[in-house]
Amino acid sequence: MAGRVSLATSLAGMELATPVLAASGTFGSGRELAGMVDLGQVGAIITKSVTPRPVKGMPTPRMAETPSGMLNAIGLQNPGVEAFVEKDGPFIERAGVPVIVSIAGRSVQEFAEVAVLVSKIPGVVGIEANISCPNVERRGEVFARDAVAAADVISTVTRMTHLPVLAKLTADVTDIVDVAQAVVRAGAHGLSLINTLLGMAIDVEAFRPRLGAVTGGLSGPAIRAVAVRCVYEVSRALPDVPIVGLGGVVDVPSAIEFLLAGATAVAVGTANYFNPHATIEIAQGIGEFLAARGMSGPEDLRGRLVTPSQPQEPAYQGG
Amino acid sequence: MIRQKCEVLSAKRWGVYNSITMVAPEIAEEARPGQFVEVAMPPGRDFLLRRPFSIHQASRKGGWAGTLEIAFTPVGPGTEWLTTVEAHDFLDVIGPLGRPFPLPKAPTSCLLIGGGYGAAPLYFLAQELRAKASRVDMIVGAKTQERVFKPVEAKRLSVSVSTTTEDGSLGERGKVTDVLPAMITRGETKVVYACGPNAMLRAVAEYCSEQGIPSQVAVEELMACGMGVCWTCVVPVVHRDGKGWSYERSCYDGPVFSGARVWWEKWLGGRSAPVQTPPEGFRMEEMTAEGAGTWPAG
Repeated sequence: MAGRVSLATSLAGMELATPVLAASGTFGSGRELAGMVDLGQVGAIITKSVTPRPVKGMPTPRMAETPSGMLNAIGLQNPGVEAFVEKDGPFIERAGVPVIVSIAGRSVQEFAEVAVLVSKIPGVVGIEANISCPNVERRGEVFARDAVAAADVISTVTRMTHLPVLAKLTADVTDIVDVAQAVVRAGAHGLSLINTLLGMAIDVEAFRPRLGAVTGGLSGPAIRAVAVRCVYEVSRALPDVPIVGLGGVVDVPSAIEFLLAGATAVAVGTANYFNPHATIEIAQGIGEFLAARGMSGPEDLRGRLVTPSQPQEPAYQGG
Repeated sequence: MIRQKCEVLSAKRWGVYNSITMVAPEIAEEARPGQFVEVAMPPGRDFLLRRPFSIHQASRKGGWAGTLEIAFTPVGPGTEWLTTVEAHDFLDVIGPLGRPFPLPKAPTSCLLIGGGYGAAPLYFLAQELRAKASRVDMIVGAKTQERVFKPVEAKRLSVSVSTTTEDGSLGERGKVTDVLPAMITRGETKVVYACGPNAMLRAVAEYCSEQGIPSQVAVEELMACGMGVCWTCVVPVVHRDGKGWSYERSCYDGPVFSGARVWWEKWLGGRSAPVQTPPEGFRMEEMTAEGAGTWPAG
């Protein structure tokens, strides 16, 4: 057994016991699972997204299982920030785990409104600006599809809170590095990469879409390779910006992939649904992985990726 | 909500149905009729999510103490895999989950209606109701004779049973709702419990609302987690004061809902009707959720 391993992770100024977080929308605020999962061992919980006013959400079916993943179209159902502060606030305060509140809105103003109110909740250590939820009424509300719109939201949110702000981006763009650079210039302290990918599945017996909302967000191991590529590209362009890597983290190897690609931490999403202890088990497994290699912490994995030497200028890229 | 590695005691097949009995003492101890469990799928496959199953039997005492039984038909890769499970295999199970059927405080006359394998949780419910001196009548229906779930067991547990099949191969030809009025009259029914296809639940709930009889229905909606965090398995439910509605989680706020408060038109489509309100004279507090402390209030 090699030297001592510490999983303690500093993420954009947030001090976490482990680098394995629970992704937004897959853990609530931790309240439902608190009786079964020792929340104190979770790196941090990123809450389900909160909006200024209550949102009813999309019609059913809201879920379709797909190969190695699932589609969901919840449509940001939530009770609104007032009810969130009232009901989840007291829980967050005594949850014994750092909580990052995911916020969403249809305008810059709405993001600002929520950021102000959730920043006052004791126990909240950071904000994740969900500017990339695919399940919204208008494509224009997916701010992260446009570098300028994304930067607008982030510059406002960072001015409205004293807390670190993570910008959650989508891979459904031509160049995610462009958007990442824009939100970092706008003041984002870190990035969450990536949100679900917009997808669709069809019931061939009924000739109908399998989701009530027709399209939805694809998650799970099915999107992991895309997510790892995004983390890799962005971390090379912005080596000093902390990244939470997510998209198909279900076990230790998948978490290590993200850390090697350049992430500071990872978040477990879909896997929480079938293994609510996944965040804890993966953190322990990362500790064993590091110990077996004589490494002292997850930061030892960053930048350790061995890549083939780059050719001068590839004449053409692609298959 | 408990997660347990459960040893399979037996895996059986009767007719078109499969059943698995497993050793799950802690879950069985807490389980109430109408609740369900989530069974994990094997690793290394391309279907990841747990599968929810209503609890068919939970034995807390006697020779089968500490066991749970689920019933199912293979309809997809997950349930197909479950048909290959054998005695002494282990299943990763989370439960008991959801809001159980609320039981009447005082003995009363209850009619239990099951469609297809949806009838599975009603036998557990019938036992609990009888133990509390309530009268139990049952309607069990299905498309065809082989899909009628345990009609003999239904006979053993109830004062009177009516069986219906759509093709007339067993009992009356037709649907459970065809015999519903007569059964309500015969049993002087005060409370109706139902579990089965959503369209059947709707028909039962709408008839009960017209008659002013409280109904409690266990619904089914596509579910990713079963633990209240994913918000996929929602059903539109009218607020208690009859004003407004919201999507409530069938895994956490349900699966048992008051049939009068489910907004069926919104959920299942079809003819539009005004937002339903609970029938006159029906007060929720007249019923109590037995063991309510074991499931987290929504």
